[in-house]
Amino acid sequence: MLSTHIQDQINRELKKYPLDQKQSAVMSALRFVQDEKGWISTEDMSEIASYLGMPQMAVYEVATFYHMYNLKPMGKSTLTVCTNLSCTLCGAEDTVAYLTAKLGIGFGEVTADGKYGMREGECMGACKDAPLMTINNKRLCGKLTPEKIDQILAELDKS
Amino acid sequence: MINIEIDGKLVETAKGSTIMDAAHKADVYIPHFCYHKKLSIAANCRMCLVEVEKAPKPLPACATPAAEGMKVHTHSDMAVKAQKGIMEFLLINHPLDCPICDQGGECQLQDLAVGYGGGASRYNEEKRVIHPKEIGELISTHEMSRCIQCTRCVRFGQEIAGIMELGMANRSEHAEIMSFVNSSVDSELSGNMIDLCPVGALTSKPFRYKARSWELSRRKSVSSHDGLGSNLAVHVKDNKVVRVVPVENDAINECWISDKDRFSYEALNSAERLTRPMIKQGGNWIEVEWVAALEYVANGLRQITQSAGAENIAALATPHATFEELYLLQKLMRGIGSGNVDFRLRQSDFSADGKQSGTPWLGMPVSEINGCDRFLIAGSFLRKDHPLLAQRIRQAVKHGAQVSIVHSAADDLLMPVANQAIVTPAELVSTLAQVLKALASTKQVKLSDEIQALLVSLTVSDAAAKIAASLAGGKQVAVLLGNFAQQHPQAVQIASFAEQIAQLCGAKFGFLGEAANSVGGYLAEAVPFAGSVHGMNAAEVLENPRKAYLLLNVEPELDMHNPQLAMKAMKDADMVVCMSAFKHQGLEYADVMLPIAPFTETSGTFINTAGIAQSFKGAVKPLAEARPAWKVLRVLGNLLNVTGFDYDSSEAVRDEALKGITISDKLGNLTSGVKFEVVTSSPAALQRVTDVPIYFSDALVRRADSLQKTNDSAVPCVKLNNSELQKLGLQAGDAIKVTQGNASAQLTVQADEGVPAGAVRIAAGHPATALLGAMFGTITVERA
Repeated sequence: MLSTHIQDQINRELKKYPLDQKQSAVMSALRFVQDEKGWISTEDMSEIASYLGMPQMAVYEVATFYHMYNLKPMGKSTLTVCTNLSCTLCGAEDTVAYLTAKLGIGFGEVTADGKYGMREGECMGACKDAPLMTINNKRLCGKLTPEKIDQILAELDKS
Repeated sequence: MINIEIDGKLVETAKGSTIMDAAHKADVYIPHFCYHKKLSIAANCRMCLVEVEKAPKPLPACATPAAEGMKVHTHSDMAVKAQKGIMEFLLINHPLDCPICDQGGECQLQDLAVGYGGGASRYNEEKRVIHPKEIGELISTHEMSRCIQCTRCVRFGQEIAGIMELGMANRSEHAEIMSFVNSSVDSELSGNMIDLCPVGALTSKPFRYKARSWELSRRKSVSSHDGLGSNLAVHVKDNKVVRVVPVENDAINECWISDKDRFSYEALNSAERLTRPMIKQGGNWIEVEWVAALEYVANGLRQITQSAGAENIAALATPHATFEELYLLQKLMRGIGSGNVDFRLRQSDFSADGKQSGTPWLGMPVSEINGCDRFLIAGSFLRKDHPLLAQRIRQAVKHGAQVSIVHSAADDLLMPVANQAIVTPAELVSTLAQVLKALASTKQVKLSDEIQALLVSLTVSDAAAKIAASLAGGKQVAVLLGNFAQQHPQAVQIASFAEQIAQLCGAKFGFLGEAANSVGGYLAEAVPFAGSVHGMNAAEVLENPRKAYLLLNVEPELDMHNPQLAMKAMKDADMVVCMSAFKHQGLEYADVMLPIAPFTETSGTFINTAGIAQSFKGAVKPLAEARPAWKVLRVLGNLLNVTGFDYDSSEAVRDEALKGITISDKLGNLTSGVKFEVVTSSPAALQRVTDVPIYFSDALVRRADSLQKTNDSAVPCVKLNNSELQKLGLQAGDAIKVTQGNASAQLTVQADEGVPAGAVRIAAGHPATALLGAMFGTITVERA
C-alpha cells in the first residue's frame, strides 16, 4: 500500500490536472515513492497504476525511461556523479576513482552497510561548478575535490 | 477538400488528412512501418519520409497534414536518400539473418530493405541483443532483437484491445518492448499483434517454425465461432491447416480476428479427432465402413419410427454447424416425420417461438455499431462472448458514446462504462422494467395500459434512472441483448422490455448472435416451430426423453443449457447417433460415432448475426475417413427414402434452402402476443450466474492446445462477493462443494466483487462443472 503521506502528496498533485487525466501525476507519484523509500519497486509501480487508474506497463515505461528513478535500492544516500563532457574535462574520473577507493563501490553499487550508493549521471546544467555530483537527486555539490568529498561524506555520516 | 500533387498526380483529399491518406487515394505507395490505418499516428520509424516542395527537409508522410497546393515527391533524390538512410539505421541493430527468421518471406522490413535499402551494411560493430521474455502461450517474443520499435503492438493494446499489456520500457539504445514484470498478454485479441508486427519480433508461438510462408497455400474461409463471421485466410501445408490469419472485411471484422478465430485451428490436427465411423457392439467400439455405419443408423431410425413413432426421434445441432448441415438435418427429420429439431442448445425460454416477426438478429449492420452514441447492453459477457463487437463498441465509446450495462456480472469491459446495474439473474427483468419506467417519465410518453399497470408499483433504482437518462440523451441508440440474456429462463420478458426501451428512444434493437449460425439456424428452419412438421424444442426433447437422438457436433454435457438433464436423456435413450469431428464423452452413451468434417474440411455457409450469408469452400481434404456432414446427411436421406436428397454439392443445398428468400426480409426482432410480467421477489437461495468461458464455447476451441493453456482456460472457480463469502463462512481459495439438482462438483472459491449479492458465478462448458444442472436457477454452496 502507498503510505498515507504519499497518497496525500499525490492528491495534492492531482489538483493540478483535469479529473480525467489523473495519469499526468505519474512522474510526481514516482518521485514521492522514491523520496520516502529510496527506490521504486514494481509493487510500488502497480500501486501507483491502480491509484491513478492507468496501465501498470505505462507506469513502468515512465519509471524506466527517466534516469533519476532508482529501480533498485541505492543506499540511504545516492551519490550521482556527472560524467558528461564538462565534468570529465574538470576531473570527474578522479571524483569517481576517489569515491570508489573510499566507499569500495562502483556505479550501480551500494555499500555493504546500505549507507551509500553510486550512480553515473548526466549533465546537471551547472557546468561552471564541474565536477559535480548530486545527493539523492536533491542536493547539488560542485567543484569537488577529495577534501570536499570527505567533508560531504562526514556530514552525511552524521545525519 | 484540398488539392495536392503527389509524384505529378493531382489528388483531392479531405481537410485534415495526411499526405499518406492522399497517397492512398492517388494509388501511390509510400513505404512505412509504424503507420497503420487503424492505429494512431506515431511517426517514429521515419520510413515514410518524402520530399515536399518548399520544405527544407524530408517530412514524414504519415504525420504531415496535406495542405492546399502541396507538391510531394516520393521518388525524388531527397526522398530516396532519406529512405536509404532510414533503412540503413533500421538495419543497424536488426539481425541480417532472414533465412532463419520465422517472418522471412512475409516481412515488411525484408521487402522494404530490398526495395529501398542499400546492398551492404557499413555497420560492423556489435548489434544490440534483447533477451526474450515470456508473455504467454500465443505470442513468442523470442526474436525481440529484431524489433524496430514501431510501437504498433503497444498502440494496438491501448487503442483496439483496450488494455496496454505491452509497452516500451527503457530509453534509446536500451528501449525494448515488454510486458509488466513478465506478465502474460491476456487480451482476447492479442494475436493481431503478430500480424501488426512489421518484422519478426512478435511471432505466433503455435505456428513458430512450422512452415515458411511461401510453402503455404492460402484459402479463404469464415470463422465458425462467434456470431460475427470473421473472414479468415486458412494457410495450408501438406493438406494440413497450419495457421489462420484475418482477411480484411471492413463491414465485418475490419482487419482483426479474435484469438479464438486465430488459434482454434490447432484442434483440427488434434489426436482426439474422430477418423473412422464406429459402432458400439456388446459394449465395445468397433471401427466399420461408412456404408455399414450409415445402414446401422438408418435401420435404427426406421425401427424406432415403426415401433414408437417418428416423434420419438430428436435431432440437436450446434449453432456452429453450417447452414447446409442445419438445413439437411431438419429436412431429414421432417422427411421421416419428426419436427423435433433444434440448434438453440443453451436457450431455456422458448415461449416466443412462432411469435417472432422474424429471425432474431443484430438489428443493424455490424458497421453501424461504430456510429451509435448510446448503448444499453443487457445480459452479455461482451468481451469474451463477442471480442470484435466489443472492440467496435470500444471505438464508439472513444468517440463519445456512453455504454450502460444491465447484467449479473461486472466484468471489466476495457472501456469506460457510463452506468451499470449489476443484479441477480432473477432481477434482470425488473431492472429493465425500471429503466423503461424511468425512460417513459423522462420522455413523457405513455406506455400501454398493460405495461403501465405492471410498472406502477415498481421503484426505480438509482442505476436504472441513470441508464434511462443516458439513453434519453442519445441520437443513435442501440439496445443489445447478449448470450446471457438469450439463455435466461425469462429471455422473452427481457427481450420484450428491451424492445419497449428501444422503441421509446428510437433505438436499434438487436440480439448479439452466440454462434456462427445463430441466425442461419432459423433460416435453415432447424427449429421445431418452422417447416411442415412441428415438434419439440431443445429443452422439451430432454424433459420428455426421446428414444433416439441425432447429435450434430453436440457434446451434451458441455453444450446444453442443462447438462445434467441432457446426459440423463442420452444415457436412457435406445439409440444415440453422434456426428462429431472429435471423440468425446459420447463414447459412453452413443451407439454410433460418425466422423464429420470441421468447417475447414467442408464447404458451407455461415449466416452471421447481421444476416450476411458467407459461403466458403473446404480449405483441406477431410481427415482420414471423416466426411462433410452435408454428404453424410444426404446419404442418410437416401437410405431412409426421403425425397429430394439428390444434391451434388453443398451449393445446391444452399440454393434450395434460400430459394426465393431475401435474408433481410426474414430478419426481425419483434415479438407479438407476449404477456408482460415482472417478478420482483427473488429466491432466498443463491442463484447461479453462468458464463461460457471464451475457450470452452465450442468443440473446436475446447481442443486447441495453446488456447487451453491461457489464463482464460483455467479451471473455473466459484465466484462470490465478499459479503456472501462471509455469510457462508468461506474464504477465497477454500475448496467447496456446489450442488445443483442431484449432482455436485468440487471447486475452489474465489472472491469477485463483480458478482451481485445473492448470486454465485460458475462457468459452464468445462468438464469440471459439466455434471451440474441448468445454467440458471438456485444452487447450494457449502464447504467441501
